[in-house]
Amino acid sequence: MTENQPESDDGVPSRRQFLTALGGTALAAAAYGYGTDSGRSAAAGSATPSSTHPASGDHIDALTAIASAVYPSDVSVERSFIESRVFGRVEPEPDHFEKLVAAIEAVDNHARARFGGRVTDLSAGRRRQVLQSMGVTTVHPAADGTTAEQVRFYVVNDLLYALFTSPVGGELLGVDNPPGHPGGREAYQRGPGGGER
Amino acid sequence: MTGADDRTPTEADVCIVGAGPAGAFTAYSLARRGHDVVVLEAGERLTPEDHHRRMEMWLRPNFERGSFWRDGTRDAYTSTGDIDARLNETRVKAVGGTSLHWDANTPRLHEEDFEMNTRYGVARDWPISYDDLRPYYVRAEREMGVSGADDNPHGPPRKEPYPLTAFEPSYSDSLFAEACEDLGITMASQPKAINSEAYDDRSECVGYGVCNACPSGAKYSAEVHVRKAESAGARVVDQVQALSVEHDQTGDYVESVVYATPDGRQYRQEADHFVIACGGIETPRLLLLSDSDVYRDGLANSSGAVGRYLMDHPSVSTTGTLEEPTRQSNIGWVSSRSDQFYAHEENGSGSYHLTFSNTAKSTSGGAQFRLPPTSPSRFLDIVGNPSPDALAELATDPFNEMQLGDALDLPTTPGPPYPLSIRGAGEMLPRSDNRVTLDKSKTDNHGRPVPSINISDGTHAQETMEHCLEVQKSILTELGAEITDVRTLSERGMSTHHMGTTRMGTDPAESVVNEQCRTYDLTNLWIASSSVFPTAGANNPTLTIAALALKTADHIDDKL
Repeated sequence: MTENQPESDDGVPSRRQFLTALGGTALAAAAYGYGTDSGRSAAAGSATPSSTHPASGDHIDALTAIASAVYPSDVSVERSFIESRVFGRVEPEPDHFEKLVAAIEAVDNHARARFGGRVTDLSAGRRRQVLQSMGVTTVHPAADGTTAEQVRFYVVNDLLYALFTSPVGGELLGVDNPPGHPGGREAYQRGPGGGER
Repeated sequence: MTGADDRTPTEADVCIVGAGPAGAFTAYSLARRGHDVVVLEAGERLTPEDHHRRMEMWLRPNFERGSFWRDGTRDAYTSTGDIDARLNETRVKAVGGTSLHWDANTPRLHEEDFEMNTRYGVARDWPISYDDLRPYYVRAEREMGVSGADDNPHGPPRKEPYPLTAFEPSYSDSLFAEACEDLGITMASQPKAINSEAYDDRSECVGYGVCNACPSGAKYSAEVHVRKAESAGARVVDQVQALSVEHDQTGDYVESVVYATPDGRQYRQEADHFVIACGGIETPRLLLLSDSDVYRDGLANSSGAVGRYLMDHPSVSTTGTLEEPTRQSNIGWVSSRSDQFYAHEENGSGSYHLTFSNTAKSTSGGAQFRLPPTSPSRFLDIVGNPSPDALAELATDPFNEMQLGDALDLPTTPGPPYPLSIRGAGEMLPRSDNRVTLDKSKTDNHGRPVPSINISDGTHAQETMEHCLEVQKSILTELGAEITDVRTLSERGMSTHHMGTTRMGTDPAESVVNEQCRTYDLTNLWIASSSVFPTAGANNPTLTIAALALKTADHIDDKL
């Protein structure tokens, strides 16, 4: 999956870069802004995506590897996608990212203990077996549940949320501009052949 | 979330209870004219980041959409009628009120909605006409930033252009338009308080597609006028619950509002005038809770009408599929409507309008929401309602195993077939038995009885929406669609529009407020809310709420 987002030196897209990638200044101001950046009112501020999160490079690599097992094989997952769409979003609840990181570690530990290597070292098929053998595919997602339920809630569902709110995920659903993605106002007017009505 | 720490009373000309659209517009209009205004709001103030969180809560099936504001004990209620009140799914207690997750549709009421008794011999006339409210509609549209076009042959008359141009129709609108034209049904653009271009320091809509939790600020919320009111000097105090409204010894005027802060302390906010702006449920509840030796049945309730004549907008929808693409869910809002059937017909159906959905395809769910049939809640459901499909699933796939990789369970399929749907919302006439009362057997976090809601559709609404369903079916049939789902009134919960429970009128014996929205009983107590609507029409109420709030503020200003 290519998000076509230039990255800063440390590999994390800067806010400016992220917004530029979304398509120009006007869109950029709105994409993360509640009100505009030039708002006259002091309270009309802008939301900023998480700039500090507890994930290390290893965590992001591991989640990228898990994503390649969760997503259909024709979706190619890049590290920048996980960085921007999972850890770069506004944290949905307090400690959500901490628990996500803990769940990633649980998957990686299970891979090492039962499958003889880190999750990044395994094939996509073996990674799926890691999740299945943890019971992740047969439980209900629960934020405060068992390890398997938490992996389902934090790891699998965060990945699915990121996928289905992105244009690449939208493609799987036949939706060019899926809900959650600020893709402008052209797609809804376009006919099936790409032309306007 | 943020909030000021000092929640003690201050000197005020006007005290407003509630910081939703009605309270915000009233506060702004009075503060900008130099009056000292204090607004008391039960909920919290949201940050820009909170709006992004709300978007994820809205989209993720395992997140509670309303958890950002809800307090189970504080917001408890009872629902006793045919229709589930589902209050906490539809309202919001926070700075900005329910406009935090409204759809931002802003049609005006029609002229006939103000004259239902004179024209058709039903319900009651409003004590004001469409023409009386018209200049306030213009102001409200400008303040909110309404996008629209004067292209509705069945809409109410208007002279002034909308402040913002209308959004372009969707591709699926063009499919509906062909069928509607063949049937002689006229479509029009849907006016809405969402920016089609940058306006009032807010961005244009960038197509997040999650209007109920818009994170961009392109959709209007009353937070805008809360900020403006504060800039003009108003004080908005969040996280304070109004417990009662206290009057003088004789019951002629209100002296104070007693409220509680999060630390459990109680204070008394005094003012010259008081405005209750708590919506169609909590407004009558606060009056009923403020009973006294003078007003034994509730404050300002000499008429007995407080809490009665509750109305909402009954709605039905029909979904169908086509073999050709319908291009759904590329935007979150409705772009087209029809008021062809808005006119009330004597001895026929009542008013309703149609909207043509752009969101017939759901993109959340799928693997995110697979619940094993052996989980306790689903197992009990299956045992209680053992459908063949549920039993087969339980027997063959007891764990409902989620598939990963190429077999991933998608929320929807790319198609074909391709879905599309039509929704209709209609008029409910006021009936005294549809009402909000106090449930004394159940109390909130301050030990006060919770609101009890009893509402049913009645024959008129049922006949009206049956007609609406027939029209929906005829349009989809004309399109060549296969009808796949019909949502009738029997499956509905109460809508988001709560109206009529402190109604306006010329006769104090049967009305709570006069034509200025001042209570008949108390000279300095005003109500800004859809609760003053004597009839509800078939259109979304928020623009009318805003227009009435601006008008009421003018009357209060005259007294100050």
